[in-house]
Amino acid sequence: MGFIGKGLLDGMVVTARNFVGSYFDKERLVTVQYPEERVQTPENSRTFPFLVYDDNKNPVDTMRCVACKICETECPPQCIYIVMDRDEKGKPRQRPKVFDIDTSVCMQCQICVEVCPFDAIKMDNDYEKSRYGRFDELVEHLPDLLKSNEYYGRIKPTEATVVDAKLKAEKEKKAKKAAPAGAKPPTGSKS
Amino acid sequence: MAIPILFVLSVFLGIFAYTTLVERKALGRIQNRFGPNRVGRWGILQPIADGLKLLIKEDIVPRRADQFVHFLAPVIAVIPSILLFSVVPVGTRLVPVDLNIGILFAFAVSTVSVLALFMGGWASRNKFSLLGAMRAVAQVVSYEVPMVLAAVAVVMAVGSLSTLRIARAQSGGILNVTNWFVFRPWGFVGFVLFTIGAMAESARTPFDIPEAESEIIAGYHTEYSGFKFALFQMGEYLASIAMAGITVTMFLGGYNGPGSGPGWVGGLISMFWFFIKLAFMIVLNIWIRGTWPRVRVDQLLGFAWKVLLPMSIANIVAVGMWHYLTFRPLAWVATTLWLVLWFVTLSKLAATENVAPRTYRYAS
Repeated sequence: MGFIGKGLLDGMVVTARNFVGSYFDKERLVTVQYPEERVQTPENSRTFPFLVYDDNKNPVDTMRCVACKICETECPPQCIYIVMDRDEKGKPRQRPKVFDIDTSVCMQCQICVEVCPFDAIKMDNDYEKSRYGRFDELVEHLPDLLKSNEYYGRIKPTEATVVDAKLKAEKEKKAKKAAPAGAKPPTGSKS
Repeated sequence: MAIPILFVLSVFLGIFAYTTLVERKALGRIQNRFGPNRVGRWGILQPIADGLKLLIKEDIVPRRADQFVHFLAPVIAVIPSILLFSVVPVGTRLVPVDLNIGILFAFAVSTVSVLALFMGGWASRNKFSLLGAMRAVAQVVSYEVPMVLAAVAVVMAVGSLSTLRIARAQSGGILNVTNWFVFRPWGFVGFVLFTIGAMAESARTPFDIPEAESEIIAGYHTEYSGFKFALFQMGEYLASIAMAGITVTMFLGGYNGPGSGPGWVGGLISMFWFFIKLAFMIVLNIWIRGTWPRVRVDQLLGFAWKVLLPMSIANIVAVGMWHYLTFRPLAWVATTLWLVLWFVTLSKLAATENVAPRTYRYAS
């Protein structure tokens, strides 16, 4: 049975159902009330890189980065800037004095993570990086970039377990190698 | 007289402010969103925040616009909308001005607002504004006709143009309800016609062609910002609320309802019923806005002239039949049959299946 305006009335039934339904069926409301609630990001989601350190008490000395500058050279948009730390005699300390990532340039490609031989740089999933300025504020310096290995394990559990196992195996191998040659403490990379 | 005017200015402006909030909330819920919920609990302070925002925004006047007319248009848009309230009887003891030509006054005044729309569109010196203004004029002029004819039916039945007399004519009956004109065949048809006309007159969806966002940006108020824009919005909302009030007065029994009467208590109860009905009409407006898509210009004008106009003329004939057939059951059957016949005929004539399928010459 059709009369003029029947489709219009059918439409009004649909919207009425939506209106009433949205008060009773929480599934209908897909909006996430952002500052109060957040979407759980997938484990493999990534934003900007950060530097991993092992010991919470001494982040600067236990960071895995040795300032080898591989990531700096490999970075496609050239957003990484590294200056190696040297002692008074000019001997390299095998850690960066300056490590800057310009997040306005970074394209979140993860190539720095893939080329790093020391598992020192990893991708963060913190997406709240808005700042009040366009230039200096968007450059992340070494203190902002340093984050603990626990944090890494917390944001990416699967990946972090693999990395931890790998690093542990390497350490044992090194210890075994160093043991026959005498009780020389391992120098070089602070793994 | 001062008290009713103060009442109108305060209460109806408050209703306007909160209609915007209710509208945004309801539209949000219809689309499965929350709607405004940041300013205060349930966004209860949102209208105040909006008003403040619009007050302190920069007021931009295009350099080549007609400065004076550009300034005058929003003012003229608001004044008739507020004047409309002066003839709406809010309660048995509360009508701002009891004009003996109330309905005529309402129509005369509400038509002035189209002048403001055209002034705004013309003075902006912007093609979108002008297009919107032209559309507004075509639309309001077309819908004025069936709307006035729908009102003529009521005026004929009551024998007076005074809104207070019309409201009074609908009292009595069972619980003060059965005598509402909407419960008469001609009254129901008139109610539907008048509601459609009122919606078109205040340029609300589905008749928001003058300000169709997806077609002409914002129509006649494209070049308005800050508080002038707010005035345009205010004029539009107030007109739609006032038209809802007049619809209530003419068809939904005005302030009549169970318990309403001439005394103080009955007067308060009558105000309660009036505002309940007004809220119903506003909610109906919002509900329709959230549901129906915008019509095309040709559909809009075709609908006004080919469906609404014949229907409203048939409705006037129905009132005449109702008046002369004093044996009520016969009057009921005769007017109902007459109106249904017209409705079916016009449905068949206006139905889209009568249009031949379109043949494309170049696209297969």
